[in-house]
Amino acid sequence: MPARRAAVIGGNRIPFARANRRYARASNLDMLAATLDGLVARFGLSGERLGEVVAGAVLKHSRDFNLTREAVLGSRLSPATPAYDIQQACGTGLEATIAVANKIALGQVESGVAGGVDTASDAPIAVNEDLRKVLVALNSARSLGDRVKLVGKLRPGQIVPEIPRNAEPRTGLSMGEHAAVTAKEWGIGRTEQDELAAASHRNLAAAYERGFFDDLVTPYLGLTRDDNLRPDSSVETLAKLKPVFGRGDDATMTAGNSTPLTDGAALVLLGSDEWAAEHRLPVLAHVVDAETAAVDYVHGRDGLLTAPVFAVPRLLERVGMSLQDFDFYEIHEAFASTVLATLKAWEDPAFAKERLGLDAPLGAIDRSRLNVTGSSLAAGHPFAATGGRIVATLAKLLHEKGPGSRGLISICAAGGQGVVAILEGA
Amino acid sequence: MPPSKMPADTLRDWSNTGLARRLGAPRIPVLRRYSPGQPLLEGGPALVAAVGDGRFAKPIAALVAEHGATVVTETGDERLAAVVLDLTEIATLSELAEAQRILTPAVRKLAPSGRLLLLGPVSGDGRHGDHRHSQGNAEAVAVAQALDGLVRSVAKELRAGATANMVVVDVDTTPAAVESTVRFLLSARSAYVDGQVVHVGAAEAAGVADPQRPLAGRVAVVTGAARGIGAAIADTLARDGATIVAVDVPAAGEGLAAVANRTGGTALQLDITASDAASRLLAFVGERFGRVDLVVHNAGITRDKLLANMDAERWDAVLAVNLGAQLTINEALLAAPDLLGPDARVVCVSSQTGIAGNRGQTNYAASKAGIIGMVRALAPRFAEHGATINAVAPGFIETEMTARMPLGTREAGRRVNSLRQGGLPVDVAETIGWLGQASSGAVNGQVVRVCGQSMLGA
Repeated sequence: MPARRAAVIGGNRIPFARANRRYARASNLDMLAATLDGLVARFGLSGERLGEVVAGAVLKHSRDFNLTREAVLGSRLSPATPAYDIQQACGTGLEATIAVANKIALGQVESGVAGGVDTASDAPIAVNEDLRKVLVALNSARSLGDRVKLVGKLRPGQIVPEIPRNAEPRTGLSMGEHAAVTAKEWGIGRTEQDELAAASHRNLAAAYERGFFDDLVTPYLGLTRDDNLRPDSSVETLAKLKPVFGRGDDATMTAGNSTPLTDGAALVLLGSDEWAAEHRLPVLAHVVDAETAAVDYVHGRDGLLTAPVFAVPRLLERVGMSLQDFDFYEIHEAFASTVLATLKAWEDPAFAKERLGLDAPLGAIDRSRLNVTGSSLAAGHPFAATGGRIVATLAKLLHEKGPGSRGLISICAAGGQGVVAILEGA
Repeated sequence: MPPSKMPADTLRDWSNTGLARRLGAPRIPVLRRYSPGQPLLEGGPALVAAVGDGRFAKPIAALVAEHGATVVTETGDERLAAVVLDLTEIATLSELAEAQRILTPAVRKLAPSGRLLLLGPVSGDGRHGDHRHSQGNAEAVAVAQALDGLVRSVAKELRAGATANMVVVDVDTTPAAVESTVRFLLSARSAYVDGQVVHVGAAEAAGVADPQRPLAGRVAVVTGAARGIGAAIADTLARDGATIVAVDVPAAGEGLAAVANRTGGTALQLDITASDAASRLLAFVGERFGRVDLVVHNAGITRDKLLANMDAERWDAVLAVNLGAQLTINEALLAAPDLLGPDARVVCVSSQTGIAGNRGQTNYAASKAGIIGMVRALAPRFAEHGATINAVAPGFIETEMTARMPLGTREAGRRVNSLRQGGLPVDVAETIGWLGQASSGAVNGQVVRVCGQSMLGA
């Protein structure tokens, strides 16, 4: 156990927008800088030098090589605040939080900001791979003759660009197709998925109504709430949607119980208790511990998004807690089926014994403690931003609950990875 | 400060061209406005005099000299940057005539954007039975009241951006108590305050350490700070040294963050009409600063409709934001005296509409007039804590809202005042900054119009 725990002081995000809508013309840098400025305003940090800012984006332009540092330079923070980018797919925001929290715990920095941003609208489109090779060769060609030869290699077909795909490079399957395989394997039904989705919308809308997000969200480009949110969403309306992932009559995954492509950014302010006290800032929660797991979804038998199933028991064992010891569970809703499959795996005695090496399964959780202010199905899921959204939300929930309350975060990520963490209310 | 989106006053600009001068068109003055480091007075010496044994003339002469201006006691050939006449001890018609003999030559010499400032006795409030301005002495009371008519009339006569205002004092008001008010009314900060009478009482006033940054070290909450006049208030208070807590509804958060960041302050997204708004606001300033020194109730909305067509929703929304929230927050402040700084100030933004009324604005006018009543009712209660509560009532102020008015309406609104132009948001902000100073503790329960001496409701 480290000598001290990093404090979660607060957070800021912009409302999440469905792709190609309100933020269609905003870049990752625009959104990250705006989110950082909102955070600076909320905590009165104008001109302040922080220990570091760590963030990332999953879909990145080549010009975004130093995205987070550029965002700092474009913000009201002191330009003497260092920054770096990280990227771990949908785990980016939480992994960034862990990175900053660890430095704070070690005493290497006193304060920091962590999170991420993503745009599915302003996506990087690269030149055709054939064209790129010709252009690179042209650039290094030494003689006119070489250049003429290379220009002769240009073909009309090379105009077709490389567009980023929401698919796993090693399987060619989209994330939804992978999730559909897992859903089928665990026998996750349509109705329970729709129920989870409806609850997400209901909970997020209620949280907005009670002003819960007043100090977590700053409007951006005229958008004041997540535009994917449908407060009147119900199991009945969701049941009418046609499946989009999986095949055949037993396909269950629809656009309603899967997250849409989304644009947005979210950041968390972390610090030592001393730094927070010096700046008269609140401590909402502390970062207790974290664990990242990965599974072999390519050759092995695990699903792409099932790594948290393995990460959580390892983390619980290390901190000596059981799955039932939490007041809140924040399980990222990449797909409703992913959440349900994860919970089912933790309840399964055979899986516990064979795959987790446990005598008994982790058991069921109190579902009324799950994603109580909504999650990605309602808010949307700008990949790298989700971790920051969840950390700030959970920290505030724990602070409301009181000191000693505990919350578990579980986020699945592309590449068969999963990042999980425990926060304790302050 | 950010580039302003104010509409241009084309007529004023044209009236200052050579062609307009040759045509004999009346000139609309460009008002002298404050910028940091600017001298208190420019354009000549200040005439500081008294009729009778006024106790304010000497300390004011010293104050003016301290600010680098030359002080004279009689009008000579030179232009005068300011005329200050202490009439606090006059009680007879012959003394009043003496004042006229001094003022007439002085007014002729008043420089552009010059300042005429009278100090007079508060008339007939009956609080000082043994004083000659008490109700028993009809002539003294009449003379004191006569000054009111005098100052309001000369304000209408002055040209070229010059203003006339009066400070009325109690028998036990000290020269130190009027200092911040005199400094404000003489300076370019009061550019659009004209024809006003301000009462300065006997409460002890804190000194000002640095007149360039009179709000240094003070924590100021500004509601409705995301744009318009609220943003100008935040900018101006921050320029004068205050630490800003910028408050606005969550939906205005983007602009609010920009204001908070450029002022080096903090943004608080809060709907002030929420049932827990006052406790959230106080908890926030308590946690972050441990106290609040200045609360500026600026947030306001309009939902115009003729009374005959008014629905409950429009009425309730306007009254809730413009008046109800102020009442609730003020009560919460009074219930938490530990949170009030040693010289706490509350300034409420009323409106000319609350004084003069306006067609289609029964709800808005009711709320803004209500503020005036509230300020008068709460003044003694805040005084118990060494605090004050005052109101400013802006007239026609050039904002994005007035920029959207039809040209005719806008032009009419601009010209019906003694300065023949609209004010700027900064003019309202400067007035609030004066009332927010620790040294303005003797100004309490006042309503100061920032209207260029508008003819509406006068």
